[in-house]
Amino acid sequence: MQEKTLMKGNEAIAEAAILAGCRHYFGYPITPQTEVAAYMAKKMPKIGGTFLQAESEIAAINMVYGVASTGKLAMTSSSSPGIALKAEGISYLAGADLPALIVNVQRGGPGLGGIQPSQSDYFLATRGPGHGDFHVLVLAPASVQEMADLTGKAFELAMKYRMPAMLLADGTMGQMMEPVVLPEPKEPAAQSPAWAAVGTECKRFHNVVNSLYLDPLTLEHTNFERFERYAAVERDETMWEEFLMEDAEICVVSCGITARVSRNAIVEARKRGIKVGMIRPITLWPFPKKPLQAAAEKVKSFLCVELNMGQMKEDVELAIRCKKPVDLCCRVGGMIPSPDEVLAKIIKANEQGG
Amino acid sequence: MVVFEKPKALTDKVFHYCPGCTHGIIHRLVAEVIDELGIEGQTIGVAPVGCAVLAYDYFACDMIEAAHGRAPAIATGVKRSMPDKVVFTYQGDGDLASIGMCETVSTAARGENVTIIFVNNAIYGMTGGQMAPTSLIGQVTQTSPYGRDPKTQGYPIRVCELLATLDAPQYLERVTVNNVKNVRNAKKAIKKAFQNQIEGKGFSLVEVVSACPTNWGMTPQKALEWIDEKMLPQYPLGCYRDKDQEV
Repeated sequence: MQEKTLMKGNEAIAEAAILAGCRHYFGYPITPQTEVAAYMAKKMPKIGGTFLQAESEIAAINMVYGVASTGKLAMTSSSSPGIALKAEGISYLAGADLPALIVNVQRGGPGLGGIQPSQSDYFLATRGPGHGDFHVLVLAPASVQEMADLTGKAFELAMKYRMPAMLLADGTMGQMMEPVVLPEPKEPAAQSPAWAAVGTECKRFHNVVNSLYLDPLTLEHTNFERFERYAAVERDETMWEEFLMEDAEICVVSCGITARVSRNAIVEARKRGIKVGMIRPITLWPFPKKPLQAAAEKVKSFLCVELNMGQMKEDVELAIRCKKPVDLCCRVGGMIPSPDEVLAKIIKANEQGG
Repeated sequence: MVVFEKPKALTDKVFHYCPGCTHGIIHRLVAEVIDELGIEGQTIGVAPVGCAVLAYDYFACDMIEAAHGRAPAIATGVKRSMPDKVVFTYQGDGDLASIGMCETVSTAARGENVTIIFVNNAIYGMTGGQMAPTSLIGQVTQTSPYGRDPKTQGYPIRVCELLATLDAPQYLERVTVNNVKNVRNAKKAIKKAFQNQIEGKGFSLVEVVSACPTNWGMTPQKALEWIDEKMLPQYPLGCYRDKDQEV
């Protein structure tokens, strides 16, 4: 068991990646995630790993693609505008069935937007950040501890299902400091997977890492096969946390920093006798539909608390098939709702009933 | 006795290239070099988007298909992952000098220890003959139907000369394959570019001035002559950097 240390969220990601056995990091500076790169720049050369400041976000994700093609763990990190640039490479990673970790410490948008926290890349992450039919695993940490834990989990799942994973944090998670217990270190895998392009040693037919299929029937088959894998991910890997849901009549749905704010508001509302609880999605794709569907049978209404204009609200409405009303409490552009703002919405929902 | 065999580093897959296209010769030269250096089992190739997109089917070593222009970044990742393996990219002019120029220049500036085979035929072949960054002034293509006009379409880019402004590259040479002598010289350059990497010397690029009879609208014979008449005055053959000679 490692000791408890005080760390910044971005540094926790970097250290956890190294502890997970990742030895290849490629990035490009952008606020508010640059600490990941700075940490890697210091640490990687000392442990025989690669830190490379790429010429662009596009180059960085393609360097990740190169390492991933050799069957090793590789990662890049960025913030919203940079992730948009990586979209091309993420699609190619998905198309070639390559594992990789992409960290998105989100900031306000669209365009250059701002540098304060946001969750406005929810659609970008969950609807497939790139062209074509595909998903990436999306994990949303709500503490520095989870920044570390979910980094390791993301690598594990990416490798297991041969698909890219995105750690979708908001700027607050990246910048804040909290105590964290780091995971036990893992050594990089000694053996490369059978599909990796590592040289044939003239002992086998060549491996080709590729996403091009000119025959439509073959391309269709690769899509079908990939979605069978996605079905397994949805079945086995969905993660969420429930808070005071046993007797709840109002269900708050929130992730990341807003889940932390909502928790305070819920505790306050409970003191006032309002039966409110929370379902906090930890994986945004796969989305925790089942617990939401179960909640829809019991609660009178839902309240989504988000740092965007209601992107996750759409997933909640889809999951519960609009069975119950879903309200939205949101701030955007880098603003964060206070517990009082969330509390006011909870009180309003309580007064309105179902 | 067989006196002329297919190199081992090529698979049995039949090339899809047009009659008179020089990609076939260049593929063969790369494969012969891989055979002669005995590195097939330790080599990883990165294929481009363009006419050579299916190169991953033709080379018998492990292959990776890149997004358009990104091959040097992918090669960088592969080489950093496995420094002891031989990593090469095979790219056309649109791939390397237009959409991928940033990756090309940056990989060269880092002196990344990889080998790049750059096929310059002054046109986008796979999409049916559009203007390339290396299309000649006045050259008629689908997207320069009145001839490339420098006032609105700029001037062709000389990649070797451009990269020779950088400190890091070990070796930059421009060759062509329009006659037997030139083919022999091209092979020498390609071999050197691979040998440099094996010896850890750093970034090597060989630009091969090539023919595209189909999209140039010429017979194969005329296309080879056109290389001498039109291409080489714009793209002079020769070595633009060889750090071995500087010492």
